[in-house]
Amino acid sequence: MMQESTLKYTAVELSELIKAGQVKVTEALDDVFAVIEKREGLLHCYVTLEKEKAYQQAEELQRKIDRGALVSPLAGVPFAVKDNLCTEGTPTTCSSKILENFVPTYSAEAVKRLQEAGAVIIGKTNMDEFAMGSTTETSYFGVTRNPYDTERVPGGSSGGSAAAVAAGECFAALGSDTGGSIRQPACFCGVTGMKPTYGTVSRYGLVAYGSSLDQIGPLAKDVRDCAAILEVIASHDPKDSTSIARKDTDFTKALGRDIKGMRIGIPRDFFELSQNGSGLDPEVAAAVRGAAGVLEERGAVVEEFDLSLVEYAIPTYYTIAAAEASSNLERFDGVKYGYRVPGHEELHQMYKKTRSQGFGSEVKRRIMLGSFVLSSGYYDAYYLKALRVKALIKKAFDQAFARFDCILGPVAPTTAPRLGESLSDPIRMYLGDIYTISVNLAGLPAISIPCGQDHNGLPIGVQLIGDCYCEKKLLAAAYQYEKSVN
Amino acid sequence: MKQYETVIGLEVHVELATKTKIFCGCSTAFGGAPNSHTCPVCTGMPGSLPVLNRQVVEYALAVGLATNCEIHQYCKFDRKNYFYPDNPQNYQISQLYLPICHDGYVEIETPSGNKKIGIHEIHMEEDAGKLIHDEWEDCSLVDYNRSGVPLIEIVSEPDMRSADEVIAYLEKLRLIIQYLGASDCKLQEGSMRADVNLSVREMGTDGLGTRTEMKNLNSFKAIVRAIDGERARQIELLEEGKSVIQETRRWDDNKEYSYAMRSKEDAQDYRYFPDPDLVPVYISDEWIARVKKAQPELRTEKMARYRKEFDIPDYDIDIITGSKHMADLFEATVAICHQPKKVSNWLMVETLRLLKEKGLEPEDISFSPRHLASLIEMTDAKEINSSVAKEVFAVMFENDTDPVRYVEEHGLKSQSNAGELMQILEKIIAQNPQSVADYRSGKKKAIGYLVGQAMKATAGKADPGLVNRMLGELLS
Repeated sequence: MMQESTLKYTAVELSELIKAGQVKVTEALDDVFAVIEKREGLLHCYVTLEKEKAYQQAEELQRKIDRGALVSPLAGVPFAVKDNLCTEGTPTTCSSKILENFVPTYSAEAVKRLQEAGAVIIGKTNMDEFAMGSTTETSYFGVTRNPYDTERVPGGSSGGSAAAVAAGECFAALGSDTGGSIRQPACFCGVTGMKPTYGTVSRYGLVAYGSSLDQIGPLAKDVRDCAAILEVIASHDPKDSTSIARKDTDFTKALGRDIKGMRIGIPRDFFELSQNGSGLDPEVAAAVRGAAGVLEERGAVVEEFDLSLVEYAIPTYYTIAAAEASSNLERFDGVKYGYRVPGHEELHQMYKKTRSQGFGSEVKRRIMLGSFVLSSGYYDAYYLKALRVKALIKKAFDQAFARFDCILGPVAPTTAPRLGESLSDPIRMYLGDIYTISVNLAGLPAISIPCGQDHNGLPIGVQLIGDCYCEKKLLAAAYQYEKSVN
Repeated sequence: MKQYETVIGLEVHVELATKTKIFCGCSTAFGGAPNSHTCPVCTGMPGSLPVLNRQVVEYALAVGLATNCEIHQYCKFDRKNYFYPDNPQNYQISQLYLPICHDGYVEIETPSGNKKIGIHEIHMEEDAGKLIHDEWEDCSLVDYNRSGVPLIEIVSEPDMRSADEVIAYLEKLRLIIQYLGASDCKLQEGSMRADVNLSVREMGTDGLGTRTEMKNLNSFKAIVRAIDGERARQIELLEEGKSVIQETRRWDDNKEYSYAMRSKEDAQDYRYFPDPDLVPVYISDEWIARVKKAQPELRTEKMARYRKEFDIPDYDIDIITGSKHMADLFEATVAICHQPKKVSNWLMVETLRLLKEKGLEPEDISFSPRHLASLIEMTDAKEINSSVAKEVFAVMFENDTDPVRYVEEHGLKSQSNAGELMQILEKIIAQNPQSVADYRSGKKKAIGYLVGQAMKATAGKADPGLVNRMLGELLS
């Protein structure tokens, strides 16, 4: 008898069935690899697949689960990991030519925690090169296609992770979010993605893009999976000085919470942005307002307000992120690991040619931008000014959170654009990040959940933003919403 | 010719004595196979992150407080960006905007009285790796064992006017830091390095001339020669109507000449900015108070205490406390044998002689207090005579040999029973009439044979010097 596919289950459901002895870990892998067999050729979610290793891991995990030594909510679940998270013994390329042959000798702390919880890591997902981009088109290894419409982008930079979850090429995935890189692809691919408060997940082993903005988070099938994954990967890691000791990381506890009386603010500014070219799509606006209505029905108090400073977020973000990136990416020089230009070269020629050939054009654009804003004579005018605006943006959010428990808004101004549409106009692509990047600048947690489709059947997402350390409020609201619409 | 005044400021790098590196847990031990003291952090691997070693802050704070500095109680680390293979991330983590210490001074003695040399700032930073050129393979290799070793850079004000003042300042700094236990400050091994910023100006004028920065100065002597050389070079330029170019120069102590490394024009833009991987360091009042309280006895206090506690000349006190290591050795030895005068004598005479002979520094003394005390006890008990003691000391100086065992094994103990030895010698004289006759007829070398016979008869236990002397007396 042909068995029913396990792919209809969420990660948490699957793990429960595995622990109950009703599904074998290898059966879940079989289902995932069957989809990969069928769709990966076109979708290209992965840079590296480790099928053999996955089955080896599965057997080991099955033994542990069978003797009751592994009871985590993620035990036995096939996972994908974004290719900027170091994985011991498995290539970690950041979708860049310069790291094409790089195999780390250590795993990122978040990956380690996931593995200790019994997840099976089946491969490394495609991304925008060094997480720079919003479409996964800047990958050296080629584009990833959106499972909803393969002529469209999956979003980025965690596009491979989002598409893999949406297509059933894994049950859940890890991504990283510097300016929206988890939430926006989750939105474009119709899955749930969450960026926690800065410092909640250790950045150790995450190849840095903008260190002060980068956070690792889950992309999953639903809110419960997101909460369960975040609970596993959140930790106070002494190897990361910016990691925070939190006692409230039992995120799944928040899921059943009532949201009666929860105060939700909708920034009027988010809906009035057409003058600077970002142009919020009316279908997106309607779906987002619809989601607010659902929460209102569940007892939340929804109110509009002026957040202010929204239009400054983009220049501020691109100044700070590019400055940090220009320095973070200096280590890729052909000396110690990764790509080096062939033949004998004088040192500075070697540096120049290696980096010119090893990096793609979007990465080079941001390195040049970042080097410029840090250079002597411009530091005060650009970098320092951006830091000051960053502090003001944080203040604007502080004021908002004095009134509201959550802020609700769009994730992106439009649904997924067509392949090739964005790269021809980088400024337009940057403007698409308008709703997500201020969250990173302020270090806040935010979640992106599906809230409908446009007339083309493309997913639309709604974003809930919380104050620092208020993930539980977001999860409670998101879970209530999800329950109401399903 | 016009009269010129030299204006000098120093940038002194000091390697701190922490067991582990500044941003990771790797060992700071000197030597070791290339890249054996490394990890993903100090080799700049992707995804690795720095975590500050608090002992580094503790040491920097101790040095700052001992040099009368103000403390930035909120301080930060910045990235200094430049590409070079010894620098694995291609940026060095240092402090530019908020260095831990600033606006301090140390006092030096000059012929015209005491003088304060201002300290502009002290900042913490990481050391770089080492490039090795492999002539055989014609390639460069890099060893990251030193990468991430903690340093402090002490930047002085341009307050020094001569090589003598520079040396006095460096000696003073070295002693303070050694006494604090923050570093061993060995110039030759590079745990203390000084770059000299020097300009000249016409005597009596106020403005500063264009300065040059001199690097690669590995000893106090090299520093003196480099200052004299650079002063002469700059004056010559000015006298010829040319101008001094602001540049970094490398001193070649063998050729006693410096050559330009890079000028101000091609100075790099380091694009400093606060390191986002590290959090700001908050130094509380309590922390400062604790470091102050834990400050060990510094040299001036130690000198005063020696004058009170030990009956030794001021000259000895000056020499002994001139090195923390020697002072520690002195006190530890005195604690065992309670003979300050004798311990001081061993240090002042034989130790200094051997150090000079071997071209070593007091910090290189390796014999233990226990062994020096034993040697003194043996001489006191007349178990060995003074010439034997010197011979034993030389061996002990070399490899910390236990003097008691050495004397035992080499039969150097003075023959305590003089009567017994006398009998043996008389017997030998009676048995060797030919040698006795030779000696008496002026062939003084003949005594050697008799000494040899005596050593043989005593199975090597006699003191050859004593035997020689006694035979001489018996035969005269």
